[in-house]
Amino acid sequence: MQDFLTAAAILIVGGAAVLVLWRGTRNRQSLSTEAQRVTYETLHTAWSAAPPLRAGLVPDAAKKSARHLRTLLDTPALALTDETEVVAWEGVSEHHAAEAMTQAEDVFLTGRTQAFDIGCTEPNCPINCAVVAPLTVEGRVVGTLAAYSREASAGLVRATNQVARWAAGQLELAELDRSRTRLVEAEVRALRAQISPHFIYNSLSAIASYVRTNPERARTLLLDFADFTRYSFRRHGDFTTLAEELRSIDQYLALERARFGERLKVTLQVAPEVLPVTVPFLCLQPLVENAVRHGMEGKVEPGHIQIYANDGGAEAQITIEDDGIGMDPEKLRRTLAGQVDESAGIGLGNIDERLRRVYGDEYGLVVETACGLGTKITVRVPKYHAGINGM
Amino acid sequence: MTSGYAIVAVLVVALGTILVGTYGLRVSRTTSDFYVASRTVSPWWNASAIGGEYLSAASFVGIAGLIFAYGPDMLWFPVGYTAGYLVLLTMVAAPLRRSGAYTLPDFAEARFRSRVVRAVASILALAIGWLYLLPQLEGAGLTLNTVTGAPDWVGALIVTLVVTVNVMSGGMRSITFVQAFQYWLKLTAITVPIVFLIVVWQVHGAESMTKPEFPAFRQDTKVTFGHQTTIHAEQSIFVKGSGEIDGLRIEDAGLVLTNGYHRIGQGSEFTFPQGGAVPHVSTMDHNTNATWALPESSGQKFPLYGVYSLIIATFLGTMGLPHVIVRFYTNPNGTAARRTTLIVLGLLSVFYLMPPLYGALGRLYTPELLMTGQTDAVVLVLPTRMIDGIGGQLLGALVAGGAFAAFLSTSSGLVVSLAGVLSQDVLRLGGVRGFRISTVLAGVVPLAMTFVSTGMPVADMVGLAFAVAASSLCPLLMLGIWSTRITTVGAIAGMLAGGVPALTAGLVTMFSDADDSWYEVLLSRPAAWTVPLGFAVMYVVSLLTPRHVPPGVQRAMVKLHAPENLGLDGSGPSSADERS
Repeated sequence: MQDFLTAAAILIVGGAAVLVLWRGTRNRQSLSTEAQRVTYETLHTAWSAAPPLRAGLVPDAAKKSARHLRTLLDTPALALTDETEVVAWEGVSEHHAAEAMTQAEDVFLTGRTQAFDIGCTEPNCPINCAVVAPLTVEGRVVGTLAAYSREASAGLVRATNQVARWAAGQLELAELDRSRTRLVEAEVRALRAQISPHFIYNSLSAIASYVRTNPERARTLLLDFADFTRYSFRRHGDFTTLAEELRSIDQYLALERARFGERLKVTLQVAPEVLPVTVPFLCLQPLVENAVRHGMEGKVEPGHIQIYANDGGAEAQITIEDDGIGMDPEKLRRTLAGQVDESAGIGLGNIDERLRRVYGDEYGLVVETACGLGTKITVRVPKYHAGINGM
Repeated sequence: MTSGYAIVAVLVVALGTILVGTYGLRVSRTTSDFYVASRTVSPWWNASAIGGEYLSAASFVGIAGLIFAYGPDMLWFPVGYTAGYLVLLTMVAAPLRRSGAYTLPDFAEARFRSRVVRAVASILALAIGWLYLLPQLEGAGLTLNTVTGAPDWVGALIVTLVVTVNVMSGGMRSITFVQAFQYWLKLTAITVPIVFLIVVWQVHGAESMTKPEFPAFRQDTKVTFGHQTTIHAEQSIFVKGSGEIDGLRIEDAGLVLTNGYHRIGQGSEFTFPQGGAVPHVSTMDHNTNATWALPESSGQKFPLYGVYSLIIATFLGTMGLPHVIVRFYTNPNGTAARRTTLIVLGLLSVFYLMPPLYGALGRLYTPELLMTGQTDAVVLVLPTRMIDGIGGQLLGALVAGGAFAAFLSTSSGLVVSLAGVLSQDVLRLGGVRGFRISTVLAGVVPLAMTFVSTGMPVADMVGLAFAVAASSLCPLLMLGIWSTRITTVGAIAGMLAGGVPALTAGLVTMFSDADDSWYEVLLSRPAAWTVPLGFAVMYVVSLLTPRHVPPGVQRAMVKLHAPENLGLDGSGPSSADERS
């Protein structure tokens, strides 16, 4: 019992020390002057309203930001509308929400902040007038911000105007986010449509050469070709399992071997534990295609390609290696930095970008290469990631 | 009982583990015979791997020791360890696989979308893992002590070293086939000797195990006392040898131990005569063979409460063990997860037929362990005792090797899981370096704990780990999977309300000498009150905080419960189904 009490005492003292240190580092410096305090509070409220606004004018997020915007303006009620309806009403007297769109329409027409006298028959309603300001994104009014109050003072109009401009800025950033996402999606679509005409031509002529001599093999190859194209052209889902991706790679390699014959040697070694891992769609196949191209280009002797998928605890590690001509590291760096260079293909840069976006910067592609010395590409994928496996 | 063969067997198992870990089972293939569809791990392999990782020191040596000492109440240990998988099968296996979570903290985060719930689950998983590693190391110490006479800490150190080095070098890292092989090795190591032992027992005339007398020495037996021990002589018995009895030093002389308690000094060596009734260690109830074979004979206070508590802990604790859940990820889908669990049930059942036989035969052939208190050694000692010459030595070596395989495989699985939790959630160190530091930490902490614990039976210690898991992570999994009302606040409150008391009770029993207070059984078998507490607090607090229901709970439920091939989980049908 004595031992246990000692151990418990040590634990408690240690815990307390950690807590004190933690609180110490978090302790905010007391704000000394009134101006500093006001600045802090205003910016802090604005900062709290920003993240929901970045999701755009959608009901759930708008509701959250409206709460903070109302604090900024200190009015009894505040509404956010988009072009067709009220997306958030924050505060009292929600019966006025029905008429909000009629006032908003005027603002959509003029694009200017306006004050309306709405009057109210209900005895306890603190709302008498509305100040409606446009939310202008890239020169177009996409919504309005309406502040409701007992009287429309000049100060309220000016303040509402400023808050609306600030909110519009956040919406513009949201727009920017969306266009960045659209760009990456477009690149994936490009990647899907990227099955090169040469590959189709080469595959079909290789298959044709077997039709008479070995019809059974020709049939298998055609099925491989069909499955491979179906997988690459599929429209839904940004993610797939490693097993699916490897199956597509298998089909791709079968077609390439029909063409290169004995010259293409492939070693595949896959730990079965990593097969169910979720990976971004088409994140490996282009790398294998690159390896085949680099490994076989300008060579008469056989090219050797090695593909390993290993279990690394909480992550899966996939390496793709060829013994071909390699790449110029400087050029590669430019490709990965986003300057599209057709020789390295759209593949590497896009895959790197997608991996980083999904899993974070530490999960980018690792490429070891030099001119004439082959290329080794390593991809690491966590087995579980809140953004993908989360529910 | 020093045996050259046994030492060789232990060394072979340890070295083999390192070699397989370092070189791996490398099967290189070319694309010609490479077929992705056929390469997923089949449920049979996966089930064997789960069995290999799950059958720990408690299963291999602990259960036999407890049955040997305390009688049929302890049969609930093997029943509970197996039935835990039945609960897992019906309630958790498939939804857990569908969740895509790799560890319990992953599940907590995915289901509740909260870093705080995740953090609490991580800390509990860590505590349970360490609590579970401790008996593995103690078991290893005991095994090495029994076969070589080395001090207890040597075995613990060897297992820690082998496992840590191996995991750090990337070996044993959830290599399914290695763990699967371990299951069959363990099954062989425990089954082959017992077959011979039963034949020998029959040849000796199939002596009854339930005679109304105290267990008696079958021949003149020399016993060495490694620690100071208080024993209770059931009848007056004449002993010869050197050592210290009741403070009296005797050198190579004879002495009559009268009926009653006697204190025997450390390092004493006495020979007990053939036919004499075996004294019992003071902490154990002294039963005749007839009373031993009856239920509720363990001498605990409130034996019925103890049994029910044990049942609750083992039935519900399995799902909360950190290294069990990781295995389900290897199943490609929920259906395969269910099938795997079903096979596991069969494999475990077969294995658990054996330890009770060792325990029962021990009453006849190795009764002196009741006096030294090293009841866990019964599996290891029995073969050499019952079969003379090289045959017994070889069988003893087989058992020792199997036991060591049990410590190594379970510890490896646990250390890998714990290192994952440590590097991801506690130290926040990514990459290889973070994983290595975490591995060392995961191994060193329980090693340090072995030096302060009081040496309770390994199966009892494992029972405590199960109790903590059942009181904290089991409510999280069960309610998280089957109720839409659980809130983040409720989840945290429930885990703490169940886990903290269970953990405290476990630590108190482990690190302080068990006294005879009425509440002793409440501490050594806490599950019967902490599990309902955990469930109740989680549910009630959730009902009180309805605003904190995690967003998207309905979608989460669809993902957990809808079969994958319906394509309802938002990721669309997998292309295998697309083809059909």
